[in-house]
Amino acid sequence: MAQIKLSNLRHSYMPAPKGPDDYALKEIDVTWRDGGAYALLGPSGCGKSTLLNIISGLLTPSEGQILFDGQDVTTLPPDQRNIAQVFQFPVIYDTMTVGENLAFPLKNRGVDPATIKRRVDEIAEMLDVADMLGTRASGLSPDNKQKISMGRGLVRDDVNAVMFDEPLTVIDPHLKWKLRSKLKELHQRVQATMIYVTHDQTEALTFADEVVVMQDGEVVQIGTPVELFERPQHTFVGHFIGSPGMNVLPCEAKGDRALFEGHEVMLEGPTHGDGGRTDLGIRPEYVGFGDTGIPAHVTKVSDIGRHFVVSAMVGNTALKAVTEHSVPEPGSEVFLQFKPEQSRVYRDGWIATQERAQ
Amino acid sequence: MRTENQKAWFFVLPVLALVAFNALVPMMTVVNYSVQETFGNNQFFWEGLGWFEQILRSDRFQAALGRQFLFTFLILLIEVPLGIIVALSMPRKGFWVPVCLVLMALPMLIPWNVVGSMWNIFTLPKIGLLGYFLNDVLGINYDMTQQPISAWITVIVMDVWHWTSLVVLLCYAGLVSIPDAYYQAAKIDGASPWSVFRYIQLPKMKTVLTIAVLLRFMDSFNIYTEPFVLTGGGPGNSTTLLSIDLVKIALGQFDLGPAAAMSLIYFAITLLVSWVFYTLMTKDDAQ
Repeated sequence: MAQIKLSNLRHSYMPAPKGPDDYALKEIDVTWRDGGAYALLGPSGCGKSTLLNIISGLLTPSEGQILFDGQDVTTLPPDQRNIAQVFQFPVIYDTMTVGENLAFPLKNRGVDPATIKRRVDEIAEMLDVADMLGTRASGLSPDNKQKISMGRGLVRDDVNAVMFDEPLTVIDPHLKWKLRSKLKELHQRVQATMIYVTHDQTEALTFADEVVVMQDGEVVQIGTPVELFERPQHTFVGHFIGSPGMNVLPCEAKGDRALFEGHEVMLEGPTHGDGGRTDLGIRPEYVGFGDTGIPAHVTKVSDIGRHFVVSAMVGNTALKAVTEHSVPEPGSEVFLQFKPEQSRVYRDGWIATQERAQ
Repeated sequence: MRTENQKAWFFVLPVLALVAFNALVPMMTVVNYSVQETFGNNQFFWEGLGWFEQILRSDRFQAALGRQFLFTFLILLIEVPLGIIVALSMPRKGFWVPVCLVLMALPMLIPWNVVGSMWNIFTLPKIGLLGYFLNDVLGINYDMTQQPISAWITVIVMDVWHWTSLVVLLCYAGLVSIPDAYYQAAKIDGASPWSVFRYIQLPKMKTVLTIAVLLRFMDSFNIYTEPFVLTGGGPGNSTTLLSIDLVKIALGQFDLGPAAAMSLIYFAITLLVSWVFYTLMTKDDAQ
């Protein structure tokens, strides 16, 4: 188990990268606490799998260092880093039994048979596969196969970190939550640093203590699920996390107010900086209806079970609001109220309002 | 669930007719010959299983069968491991992939009788490039027209040259279908190169290897053209394989009855070995 530090990490798949566009990863500086549960969240192609492969040692970064507990492991091969990785598609050794699969990493490291047996039994019990130890691994269902590949990582008690590369992709929806809670439980039991790569916000937010949101090879925000939801540092985070995502509305910034479609909106605090493209960011959850406020025309109402998503037009700008009751009719004219403490201005995508002192 | 629709039979009819025309009917004539004796004039006399007994008891048949098994065994022993090794050392991606694939496919594109002629001219002691080189440059006494050992080596090397590519291409197809994640997982698990071969590559190649061995068995067991053109079955009878002997009996001596009986025995052996091998290889998966 180890603290993982990535320092000035950059990676390019090209032999001679020139501009920043040639880099799959641009300048990553992150420190992950020993024993933490982390998620790397971002859309496909944002560099999260590249980052994972760099940490596990399958790729060597073009620039920068990876430190495990302060020790530089940048050039070490995967088997000397003592990490475990679970892949998108379950990797199991077809000709071996479940037990042999779990014992494989220990056997390769020359661990004595008694210890192997003890560890395998322990892990099998933890993963609820103790009754399958003697069966051929090739005939298992995908979720059990994925459990076995997880088990191969956990069976070593010297693992520095366990990485998951979208491990639930091939699992049936009704088993996903089961395996996810198993993962969470395992994390609490083995206390290993776990890094979970996914493009699914639900998976990331439920698994991780801290989520790293990535876009185009850059880290846009690192924070707890609540922080990411409540105060996105970037419009991308606001839009990517939440369903529906944050409204990003073109506006003009004036002190602690924004001018949106000619209407003044109170912000959480004074804005800073100037120039650039300014947007008003507010989550649909914080857009309410009232007798006064910003006039809007309701275009659509969708019932998504727990609540309603109202699509409306203010002038020429479309936005969404979430409400549990007082649902307006499509086609009707309403007044919208933005919660001031949840209204922020973003300059060129990055947050540009100060948090109001509590 | 059982379907009661009998119309399906109707759709099988064309295939049945085709197979009957090109396989069943000719084979039935062979069966017909195998149980009868003829002295010409289209007069036939019932012979029962006499020809079969005569063939099975004959030293000549037993010797040819022995040579046939030895030949097939030797070429499988060489071609299968060699094919796996070549497939493993071929590049998986990049510029050289198509180059390697085309080079591998070339020997298989050459007609069988041309292969025989090529190797004949290539290995003739005085005028062949290899024959000359071995005898006059290296001083090795090699003459495939006179020495049984030389003839055997030449026939086997020729077959290895001609057909190892088939094993290579099939194995290669199996290898490239293995996702990268398997190799990455093996790296993380600290697996040795041998373990990677034993637990990842070999199991993934099993199906294609079964097919490769089956095809090579059938083809080599029925081989005729190449050794016939190369050595004509000689020197003496040393490279007279089963099919060469069969043609000698059928067309050389015109003993249709024994030849027909021998064909059926030959066919039965090929079928039996293929069936046993295939059943054994696929038994695991069925469980």
